[in-house]
Amino acid sequence: MPTSLPPNPAPELNVTITPELVKKHNILPDEYETIKRFLGREPTLTELGIFSVMWSEHCSYKNSKPVLKGFPKEKADPNSPGQILVRMQEENAGVVDIGDGWGICYKIESHNHPSAIEPFEGAATGVGGIVRDIFTMGARPVALTNSLRFGDLSNPTVQRLFRGVVHGISHYGNCLGIPNVGGDVYFDPCYEGNPLVNALCLGVLRHSEIKRGKATGVGNPVYYVGAATGRDGLGGAAFASRELTEESKEDRPAVQKGDPFMEKLLLEACLEMMAVPGLVVGIQDMGAAGLTCSSCETASRGNSGVIIDLDKVPQRETGMNSYEIMLSESQERMLVIVVKGREKEIEDIFAKWDLHAAHIGEVTEGNDMVVKHKGVVIAHIPAKALTDEGPTYYRESKEPAYLAETRAWRPESIADLDSAGIQSALLKLLADPSIASKAWVYRQYDHHVMASTTVAPGSDAGVFRIRLEDGKQKFIAISNDCNNRYCALNPYRGGLIAVAECLRNLACSGARPLAMTDNLNFGNPYKPEVFYTIKESVKGLADACTFFDVPVLGGNVSFYNENPTGAVDPTPTVSIAGQIDREECITTQYIKDGFETIILLGDWPNELGASYFLKTIHGLKTGDTPEIDLNRERALHDFIRSQIDAGRVAAAHDLSEGGLLVALAEMLFSPDRTFGAVLTIPMDAQRHDVRLFGESQSRALFAVPPAKTAAVLDAAKKAGVSAIIIGRATIQPELKLNGTNTWSAESLRKAWSEAIPSVMER
Amino acid sequence: MSMNVAIIQFPGSNCDFDALHAFRDVLGVSARLVFHKDTALGEADAVVLPGGFSYGDYLRCGAIARFSPIMPAVMAFAARGGPVLGICNGFQILCEAGLLPGALIRNSGLEFRCQQVDLAVEDSTEFFNKAHIGAKLRIPIAHGEGNYRIDPEGLKQLEANKQVIVRYTKPMGNPNGSINDIAGIRNVAGNVFGLMPHPERAIEPIHETEDGLPFLKAFLHSVSVPV
Repeated sequence: MPTSLPPNPAPELNVTITPELVKKHNILPDEYETIKRFLGREPTLTELGIFSVMWSEHCSYKNSKPVLKGFPKEKADPNSPGQILVRMQEENAGVVDIGDGWGICYKIESHNHPSAIEPFEGAATGVGGIVRDIFTMGARPVALTNSLRFGDLSNPTVQRLFRGVVHGISHYGNCLGIPNVGGDVYFDPCYEGNPLVNALCLGVLRHSEIKRGKATGVGNPVYYVGAATGRDGLGGAAFASRELTEESKEDRPAVQKGDPFMEKLLLEACLEMMAVPGLVVGIQDMGAAGLTCSSCETASRGNSGVIIDLDKVPQRETGMNSYEIMLSESQERMLVIVVKGREKEIEDIFAKWDLHAAHIGEVTEGNDMVVKHKGVVIAHIPAKALTDEGPTYYRESKEPAYLAETRAWRPESIADLDSAGIQSALLKLLADPSIASKAWVYRQYDHHVMASTTVAPGSDAGVFRIRLEDGKQKFIAISNDCNNRYCALNPYRGGLIAVAECLRNLACSGARPLAMTDNLNFGNPYKPEVFYTIKESVKGLADACTFFDVPVLGGNVSFYNENPTGAVDPTPTVSIAGQIDREECITTQYIKDGFETIILLGDWPNELGASYFLKTIHGLKTGDTPEIDLNRERALHDFIRSQIDAGRVAAAHDLSEGGLLVALAEMLFSPDRTFGAVLTIPMDAQRHDVRLFGESQSRALFAVPPAKTAAVLDAAKKAGVSAIIIGRATIQPELKLNGTNTWSAESLRKAWSEAIPSVMER
Repeated sequence: MSMNVAIIQFPGSNCDFDALHAFRDVLGVSARLVFHKDTALGEADAVVLPGGFSYGDYLRCGAIARFSPIMPAVMAFAARGGPVLGICNGFQILCEAGLLPGALIRNSGLEFRCQQVDLAVEDSTEFFNKAHIGAKLRIPIAHGEGNYRIDPEGLKQLEANKQVIVRYTKPMGNPNGSINDIAGIRNVAGNVFGLMPHPERAIEPIHETEDGLPFLKAFLHSVSVPV
């Protein structure tokens, strides 16, 4: 390490590092002492900026690392299909095997804070960033999904954010030509001012084509490819790692501006380059912390050093200093290390696509990241100090006081429903924006491009085909889930259920699970009550993943999701991809011909806590989250898949928000037509609200052709799964319950399908 | 069928591989991609301009693509009577290039729309007619600017010449505000075709319908027998 650096060519950067300046960079006094130890001297302002972004929560996971340790990273059973090829945290995204020498690679990532300030650009660049993470691995992106959370939809500000986010995702994803095959959208007052925007991308690649973010081979050239660098998104990673305040709007420069056309060219050029045998040594996108992160991470992974010269970095603004160039989060840029002597090959490919390919540096001996500007070394830092040796904290945790009160809540405190109450409750629940049709959202996303979407958004899981080059095809299902009310009212169980429900959705689609990616959205981890929810719900995710042998491929941590009134509900969104082994097993939730028997799997509900019924009808967020027995849950999934495999199931649908009647109604709303049903549900044994709208777990509905009903019931008995015939589907679009209630299925559908458009198209 | 389909790959095309798959793998004809920087089509019996966002569609859709180096070859091919099909962004490019009349502007609802639409087939040419294709098709759309516009005189001629090949119809209806529910048209000579819906997304059992097949076959038939 040099004991001092020459003055920076930009005079404004030659300032004394004061405690105030350190604090402004979100670096604690202890952390600053550590930095000085690593360098053996005071850092320069540029170096301080580099440490501040690399040691931000977004890049370093400093407050989340300890809780992430519980995630299984590999299949417990080494002989089962779906082995992990690239593990969590090893690279930009994990890879899982889908057979025949092919794999899929996927990850979810948040863009919450940028979207709160600038919804269109924030959401658009969220898509751009996650797509780069996937093609960096050598994979062609073939599917997008997203998990969105907003405040109460009646609030005009929320409507503006919702519209802007959907437009942003639509703008970016559609232009790239990657189908948006699914996702989830929920509205809850806790997200007011701090929406959650989590975008997922999935790509496909051959095992032999997996690329690494490694800088190796001393003397190999380092290339900067893609868009030029500007001052946009300065310090975005640091911005994402603090709470939003009234003043956050002034952080607008920390929001990046996206150009999906540029990204499309970059995607095609990079895939073309990576297909050239032996050309690429390492590749990494410039996402959070831009040039800083990509250069030190590739060096660190490769156990090498790297030297880069900022004069050679394509710039779209004049007079940028080293601090700005290193911390810019301009979009659509990548760092590539190629084999020395083959410079012309990469340059020709990028010229073909009219993109920059600037030779900005070399892989060096040693382990240091050295940055030069105008002929002077302006930063010299051990790469691993930035990537691996950042601080790790075990935060203090304390159970939030409200939990004792909400757990103690009992249904006896509210009046039960009479038949008039049942009549209106179903309509109100179907019109709750969180339950209502999301067609207003997904019709703005191109979900057919690539001509492989098999089950469009709207069913339990999106399903799409992957065409392999040898003519074979694979079918992948993907589902996103997380019920914030469950996580708020019982963080551990909420975590378990997020995974269980996602797996239930996959089972209902005919898929066996592969691996999970997760986006941990929480408030400020320095608050013990918030950290408790982090610790507990992540433990719930990890325990469920271990139990079901679903490894975690990686994901994203987003803390500091707070608005001036407090933290958002704990929201660990999970997304699990599954594989459907035979095309005939692809199953949707929709009634097919109107003659099916309807079977409830998993018995009657016996809880009302944390339900959407309490939210929508009583305005309550209370009670305990439904109990869950993982063994029972697994038996249900296995049974669902076995019956689909036996060709006995016309439709399968998981029971979740809104309970039995809501799930049943959703099955009637086929994309082509509206069916009806006649239900016989014994009502004497239990409160009506619990029976019809309770959200007890491990349950699903089957629609089965009458001729196959006996076989399904028989198999259920053998499998020890409760199966109760509750009625039959009808062609006549009427929903009849016990002779006490009759709804026009068309009017139910109208309430469900118009709830969101009626607000957004006013 | 032994014929060569040239699929033009503009920067920002994103249905280029879908079109290739449709013609090569599903329809079984020889098809290949031609990069926009090329100036010759090579051996080609038919040309397809696929969907996408050529040049990001940052000006008007298709407005920059028409100046691509490959376009003079496409224009000359069309002038010789060679069959040309523009799908979605390809349709927009053909209108910008003057190979088809009219223009496509922002959807009347001001939002991108991805959904199935129902199309009424018009009796337009020997192959683009109800008897050959079927009276009604269900095919998806995915566009933000598919609202077809033309001046009153042009519209009159378009209708008089039977140049409309498909129109939006019930139950899904007109999704974008197009005049006279126009979803697809041809030129007067009958060798250049353009439509906003995506027939290549409705050709296999995994798709919601296979109604795109007769449409694409009608285009291929136009190769051997010009109108």
